[in-house]
Amino acid sequence: MRFAVSMLTVLGIASIIGTVLKQNEPYENYIIKFGQFWFEAFEKLGLYDVYHAAWFLLILLFLVISTSLCIYRNSPLMVREWKTFKEHAAEKSLRAFSHQASFSQSNLNQQAETAETKAKLANYLASQGFKFKFNTQQNGDELIAAKAGTHQRLGYIFTHVAMVVIFFGGLLDGNLPLKVQELLGQKKIETLDIPESQVPAISRLTIGNPSFRANMTLPEGLSDNVAFVRVRDGYLVQELPFRVALKDFRIEHYATGQPKSFESDIVITDSDLKQPLTKTISVNHPLIYKGIAIYQSDFQDGGSAVDFKVWDLTKSDIQTSMLNGEIFKKGSVGEGSNQLTVEFNEFRKFNIINLSPDGKGKPRNVGPNITYKLRDATGQAREYVTYMQPMKLDGKFYFISGMRETVQEDFKYLRIPVDDDFEMDGFMRFRAAMLDSKLYPMIAQKLTANALTKDTQLQAQFEQSVVQLLTTFAAGGYTNVAQAIEKAVPEAEREKAAQAYIKMLNGAAFEAYNLSLAKNKKPLLVFNNDTQALLQDNLNALSDSFFYGTPHYLQLVDFKHAEASGLQLTKSPGQKWVYLGSVLLVIGIFAMFYIRERRIWLLVKKNGDKPSEVLFAMSANRKNLDFDQEFERTKSQLSQLLA
Amino acid sequence: MNTETLNFTPKTLWQSLKVQDWLYALLLVAGAIFAYNQYSQFMDIYEVSFLFGAAAVFSYLGWRWKGLAKLVIGVGIISLFSIILYDGDQARATQAFLLKFLISSQSAIMWMNVLFILAMFIYWFALYKRSDFVGRVASALTWSAVLFGFVGLMVRWYESYLIAPDVGHIPISNLYEVFILFCLITSLLYLHYESKFNTKQLGGFVLLIINAAVVFILWYRFDRGADAIQPLVPALQSYWMKIHVPANFVGYGSFSLAAMVASAYLLSKKGILTSRLPSLEVLDDVMYKAIAVGFAFFTIATILGAMWAAEAWGGYWSWDPKETWALIVWLNYAAWLHLRMVKGLRGPVLAWWALIGLLVTTFAFLGVNMFLSGLHSYGEL
Repeated sequence: MRFAVSMLTVLGIASIIGTVLKQNEPYENYIIKFGQFWFEAFEKLGLYDVYHAAWFLLILLFLVISTSLCIYRNSPLMVREWKTFKEHAAEKSLRAFSHQASFSQSNLNQQAETAETKAKLANYLASQGFKFKFNTQQNGDELIAAKAGTHQRLGYIFTHVAMVVIFFGGLLDGNLPLKVQELLGQKKIETLDIPESQVPAISRLTIGNPSFRANMTLPEGLSDNVAFVRVRDGYLVQELPFRVALKDFRIEHYATGQPKSFESDIVITDSDLKQPLTKTISVNHPLIYKGIAIYQSDFQDGGSAVDFKVWDLTKSDIQTSMLNGEIFKKGSVGEGSNQLTVEFNEFRKFNIINLSPDGKGKPRNVGPNITYKLRDATGQAREYVTYMQPMKLDGKFYFISGMRETVQEDFKYLRIPVDDDFEMDGFMRFRAAMLDSKLYPMIAQKLTANALTKDTQLQAQFEQSVVQLLTTFAAGGYTNVAQAIEKAVPEAEREKAAQAYIKMLNGAAFEAYNLSLAKNKKPLLVFNNDTQALLQDNLNALSDSFFYGTPHYLQLVDFKHAEASGLQLTKSPGQKWVYLGSVLLVIGIFAMFYIRERRIWLLVKKNGDKPSEVLFAMSANRKNLDFDQEFERTKSQLSQLLA
Repeated sequence: MNTETLNFTPKTLWQSLKVQDWLYALLLVAGAIFAYNQYSQFMDIYEVSFLFGAAAVFSYLGWRWKGLAKLVIGVGIISLFSIILYDGDQARATQAFLLKFLISSQSAIMWMNVLFILAMFIYWFALYKRSDFVGRVASALTWSAVLFGFVGLMVRWYESYLIAPDVGHIPISNLYEVFILFCLITSLLYLHYESKFNTKQLGGFVLLIINAAVVFILWYRFDRGADAIQPLVPALQSYWMKIHVPANFVGYGSFSLAAMVASAYLLSKKGILTSRLPSLEVLDDVMYKAIAVGFAFFTIATILGAMWAAEAWGGYWSWDPKETWALIVWLNYAAWLHLRMVKGLRGPVLAWWALIGLLVTTFAFLGVNMFLSGLHSYGEL
């Protein structure tokens, strides 16, 4: 008993570990979190999969053994108590009961015979739902022993057997057999990312495997007859007795943009089937075939085709090249030693984002985005996320692309303003002009023409400084200009110089922008507030582009969305046992709590044919208020009955 | 004396039913049939069985506890009245006078909050004054709070369908809604014991925990705007929710009730308020009964949860943090019951245990959602 309570407590505390420490994460995450030393220590303790660790199973085993022993020891007693009327109770012990009363001759009906009294009492007990048995004692006294609610005793047996049954069911579905096979060296988890067909037999589970929980990712239009069981930092291949094909995967959305349903149209082909079985599964509506339940569990990209226009941000022209990629595949940009590998990682068709400045507005769909990595020859990679459509920020539209160097960082975003055609070409032409040193003298002359001075020497000086400024800006944006000022200008005059440069830069930007427009035969900008804001955004974007980490800007221009459905396939022969145990448990609990076992003894002592005394004793295996009340009520009813 | 006149045979439930009891049951069944005719296209076979099952269960409960029957009728009438006032237009909630100030779902819930707070102070005042009359006033306020709370939920249910038919769902799907459910179930359980044992002195204690929930509801609503009706994520679109969640909250409510009674027990044992509180035996008995009810329902709820998980997540047990904490709560009270029933332990130890059990329960209910992530991430803070 004390052991049982301790086991319950220990199991409770052990269970907490797995809720605090996230289970079954990729092992790299744990290494980052704990460092190598603790990672290994925790791994030895099995903390990354506590509920399947040997020591945890041992606790469960102890609990079951202890429960089984309990049942073994107590059941005979319970059954005896359940059956017996305890009709051999001795007068002396009845008188020692805490709940007893005696009706002496003066309280009894003087006319009644013993037999009559006996019958009356028996009737009364029956009316109260008691079962009873007569027993004439050696001295001739009549004892009526009665019981009610003894089914409560079955509650004990039911609940405890239920625990064992549930555990047995759980064991059938647990990974104990796999663990044993691993220990014996018959199975080994595969940790390498290799094609399924190359996974050796030692890492494969056959069709005969009675219980598993495996996953399968199926792109639309493909089929497969194996699934993967994740184990610690590796996996096993589970072979299936049929083939599953995914015809279509659908996500439906509510009007607010939240997902409403995930559905997969699957087709099962099996030599045992005359024709393929077609069925739509969704969350909460799995398909069960051949004892294997197929669930809609998640979804991911199924290799969407993505097309890019690649801009070179460092060049003084607007030449672009095309790049076609596929999610989960690789491509390349750049040439020679500057070639970079592009890893297309994720494409999302819908992005529900809340763009309102205070965060209180409604989230909106901002359209598709793509996440990719650019990796150089040394293996260094930067991660990029680029949105296909311009996004409205503070009332203006920008093309957004973010970059980060490590996964821990937040993305730093480059915001490219849209032009009149809602494209980024305007910026790109502006960029080309600003980076084209051949244009600088022309820009400088135009600026000078607008200046008030007619002094040619001053004009030449001004022109020179415009060219100088543009060259500095083209080599690294505002940061570079600021550094140049810091180097050349005394501290006291920096503020003033900076303002002068900014003004000059804005003027130059206006001229450069118009030059780029003229070159492409577009109407020129007129200088006003809107234009100024546009130029400012363009200058900012250009300045930020020096920190974009790569010269290649990948503009997503087209896509063909392909989805893959994540299916979970499980076989759990223990389920029916667990349910059986659950039913037993509920019946048992209600029996224990809501059936009250009570016993009544009525000893009729005789004096000739007449009763001389009636001794009333009552007991319950659980004494509480209800019992006290029932005793008092019975006592008063008996006294009326006997009088 | 003629023995024939002495008949102590207790009346069975059927024998004890009067005309009004039958009328009550008839009304519920008629209501269920009406609802079926109106809305059967929104229900699957399980939900239809829940509908008629609810009529049967509430008939039975109403027969056993007349106060509940009155509540059920009251909630029904006021909710229907509110729905008529809505007239199929969500905007009416802020236009129609009665809706705006009394029985739109948000107003009714606000009234529930106010009445619970008021009831608590009056219960304490009654305890201080030793006044049965004041106690009855507090009790009436608690009943009205429950009435408004259920009207609030019923109307919210209707409102959710006004937003869009595919958004409509029973309002027990997020933290805001289940906190209201928690308040209602806990106070109903308390009112039941109050009517059975006449223990109005405990009202102040039980309403402490209910009002803690009320404070949360207010904060959650005004600081987080959590009262907005959100559509259901795919995983929650299941008939299981209609039985799993309420069963769980009968468990949580009972455990909370037991803990508050335990705190009264411990105070009384220390000589604080002893003369005002019910006897230690009564307190001990109520505490045991509450934990027994809670344990039974928590067991059922966990089993229903396992069955749902087997349908939604691919397995009846995934060691998800919520599942694991449910197991911990279950183990905790299983140990409590073992000590009491097998060892015959009584007194302060068990009272302390019930009180600490509340911490475990609260963590399972709330802490898991706040601090741990897992499959049960519907009610994130």
